[in-house]
Amino acid sequence: MNVMYLLIGCSLLMAIGFLFAFIWSVKSGQMDDDYTPSVRILFDDIEIKKNKTEEQEIKKN
Amino acid sequence: MTKTLSKQKVTCYHCGDECDNFPIESEDLSFCCVGCKNVYAILSQNNLCDYYNLESNPGTAIRNPVSKTKFNYLDDEQVLKKLIDFNDGGIQKVTLFIPIMHCSSCIWLLENLYKLDKGVTNSRVNFLKKNLSLTYKTETTSLRKIVELLSSIGYEPAINLNDIETQVKKGENKRLSYQIGVAGFCFGNIMLISFPEYFGLDEFARVNFSRLFGYLNMFLALPVFLFSAQDYFKNAYKGLRKNHIGIDVPLALGIFVLFARSAYEIISHTGIGYFDTLAGLVFFILIGKWFQQKTFDTLSFERDYKSYFPIAVGVIADENETTVPVNNLKIGDRIIIRNNELIPTDSILMNGNANIDFSFVTGESAPVRKVLGEIIYAGGRQIGETIELEVSKKVSQSYLTQLWNNEHFAKQNESKIQTFQQTVSRYFTFALVIIAVASATWWLVFNPALSLNAFTSVLIIACPCALALSSPFALGTAMRILGRNKFYIKSPEVVEQIAKIDSIVFDKTGTITQSNDAKIDFIGDKLSDEEIQLIVSLAKHSVHPLSKKICQLLYQTKIIPVREFKEETGKGLQGFVGEKEVKIGSAKFLFPDGYLNLETSNLSTTVHVMIENNMRGYFKIEHSYRKGLNQLITQLKEHFKLYLLSGDNDSERKNMQELFGENAQLFFKQSPMEKLTFIERLQNQNQKVMMIGDGLNDAGALKASNIGISVSENTSHFSPASDVIMDASVFNNANRFIQFSKHTTIVIKMSFIISLIYNIIGLSFAVQGNLSPLIAAILMPLSSVTVIAFTTITTTLFAKKGGLE
Repeated sequence: MNVMYLLIGCSLLMAIGFLFAFIWSVKSGQMDDDYTPSVRILFDDIEIKKNKTEEQEIKKN
Repeated sequence: MTKTLSKQKVTCYHCGDECDNFPIESEDLSFCCVGCKNVYAILSQNNLCDYYNLESNPGTAIRNPVSKTKFNYLDDEQVLKKLIDFNDGGIQKVTLFIPIMHCSSCIWLLENLYKLDKGVTNSRVNFLKKNLSLTYKTETTSLRKIVELLSSIGYEPAINLNDIETQVKKGENKRLSYQIGVAGFCFGNIMLISFPEYFGLDEFARVNFSRLFGYLNMFLALPVFLFSAQDYFKNAYKGLRKNHIGIDVPLALGIFVLFARSAYEIISHTGIGYFDTLAGLVFFILIGKWFQQKTFDTLSFERDYKSYFPIAVGVIADENETTVPVNNLKIGDRIIIRNNELIPTDSILMNGNANIDFSFVTGESAPVRKVLGEIIYAGGRQIGETIELEVSKKVSQSYLTQLWNNEHFAKQNESKIQTFQQTVSRYFTFALVIIAVASATWWLVFNPALSLNAFTSVLIIACPCALALSSPFALGTAMRILGRNKFYIKSPEVVEQIAKIDSIVFDKTGTITQSNDAKIDFIGDKLSDEEIQLIVSLAKHSVHPLSKKICQLLYQTKIIPVREFKEETGKGLQGFVGEKEVKIGSAKFLFPDGYLNLETSNLSTTVHVMIENNMRGYFKIEHSYRKGLNQLITQLKEHFKLYLLSGDNDSERKNMQELFGENAQLFFKQSPMEKLTFIERLQNQNQKVMMIGDGLNDAGALKASNIGISVSENTSHFSPASDVIMDASVFNNANRFIQFSKHTTIVIKMSFIISLIYNIIGLSFAVQGNLSPLIAAILMPLSSVTVIAFTTITTTLFAKKGGLE
């Protein structure tokens, strides 16, 4: 049963890890803007696509 | 012929506006104006045409190019220092407010700004706040250059006096997030650790783990008690010192007793404590607080004249024009005001044709002509050519700023709001203390050992968690629903205030009339098609609002070139259209010698037309009333006392009296100060007044009234300080909003009854002295969840029933 102490300690440590992850995310401003990132993520796609097509064209040539 | 017809429907590739007769064409694309074409040229040169792929016609038409010197003040060290967030030698950071941004193309373009200006190292958009954060190297660029670039591509940032005078508060919301995070973390873990205890431990586990679990729980509850619940103790203490008992007092009492009793049980090995209840309670009430704290990011409810004023104006000194911050203007300075610029302080007209739009200040919609030597009050907007003025008063002492020196702007009106929750919690607290003391005394007599137990149990179980949640969730839901319907309220308490009002005061211009959608009639013999063409061809050359309206009404595709075009600002236009001489304008303009045998009327503005010295008649332009106004007033008449306060003359009195009914009192030619005192007079008669207005001239009245609603055509533009910002398009729904607010207060009262029932059930255990941790742990979250579910669901149902989305 002594393994219980270890397990409780581990689970608490993990939970504390998540708590700090949350605090860090608030601090770094990830919760400030919950709209723009959802749009921004689509932009990169367009640029990547364009680069790919360019690369393909280069390859073809 | 068919060709011209097909062209008629051409829309601008850049802004999506309909192109007029001659679209400007370039690379097979059509543009409505040179401004739009130029933006396209800049973007295509820099390979930024993805802008047009993300959304179709994402741009905004630039019809009035900004003057080259407009942003010179951004080179001023003093101004720059106040605008910039961060400055480290070569690198500067700044946050600009760009109200025009509206779609994902905007975000994309603004975040690719570095392609247009190599000095920009980073640009990031916060779309909800319409902010653009920039980092740039001062070596290669400057704030002025960037702002000029932004303006040239149609994204002119709004920089005003307020930006340099106040510092934005940051980090308040973050604290609450931390508190919720900590409380949630502790709540979850304490629950986990408490579970075995509730399911029953066997003898072995009890010996080995029970004590460990107890101490672990206490250790985990400490941050909740000391950090997350901190504000409740502070507020309760503050309230008690002011002899004011709010919901915070019983909450703080409950939390404290919970912690103290649980800690005692753990340390004395007499029980397992109520730490899970404690953490859950704090977690839930914090969530309630967070839910209520929703704000509308792009809207500002605390605007004063500073938000309207420019930071700097052009000043002529020794024949040279320099830019001077408006706060540094001295009496006697010569200032230059260009088309569409605001006059920052009372000054005397020295040069040029002044045609001032005072709609901000007085509510009068038509521009006023001023002659040389006349005083022009602050807040007017010049329309037309550039004028020169001599400053006669400092900015802080001008006519406009006086309004803000009134006591109403100094005092906070928070204290006058007494919410239902506050009223109830005072009685609640007294009742709670009485029950706790009574049960303690009873047990003291019959079984002293249970006395303290019963006393603390009462305080624990009666801790008004559900009560504390009912208002935030009902009001928070209402606020979101109203926001979805374009009725943006400053804070949740406003909903309760709206439910209490009994009189409504309307402003006229801009509030119940729509200045940009006026009704036009032509009085006189019917105009022939050719005559219409002549008039439109002439009017097309003028930017005066009346000319624009005439062009809109008599939409024409064929424009005849005009020779010898002359415009006398504020009077009229003349010129040869083709071979014919056409004059349009005021009666005075057409008949300088005072000849006038037409019916004179104050009901509307008239524009007379003369073709080849032949009087053809005149256009009558009436302000049109907002859609659904008639219906709205009829509905409101039944429940409220209605008043009208207008800054305009009383030419529309007859119309208005008919609309508002015999009993309504109408007042015209009201100065901003008179409006304010009128509201106060009503309040002294114990009326709860709602003021609906728009311009700066209503600012005093909006602030003084119990509920000030400012109507805005474009909510991201400026509106005066108020409790509510209402989008003009939902004006006719005003009655629905009021009814919905009333329903919301009913929901709060019902949910209060529910939470009372839970409290009575809990108390029946507590007074007997046998409140087990398990019962507390079940009852507390159960009551909270019921109340949350009940308030949000019923509020939403009421909204649906009331015709809101």
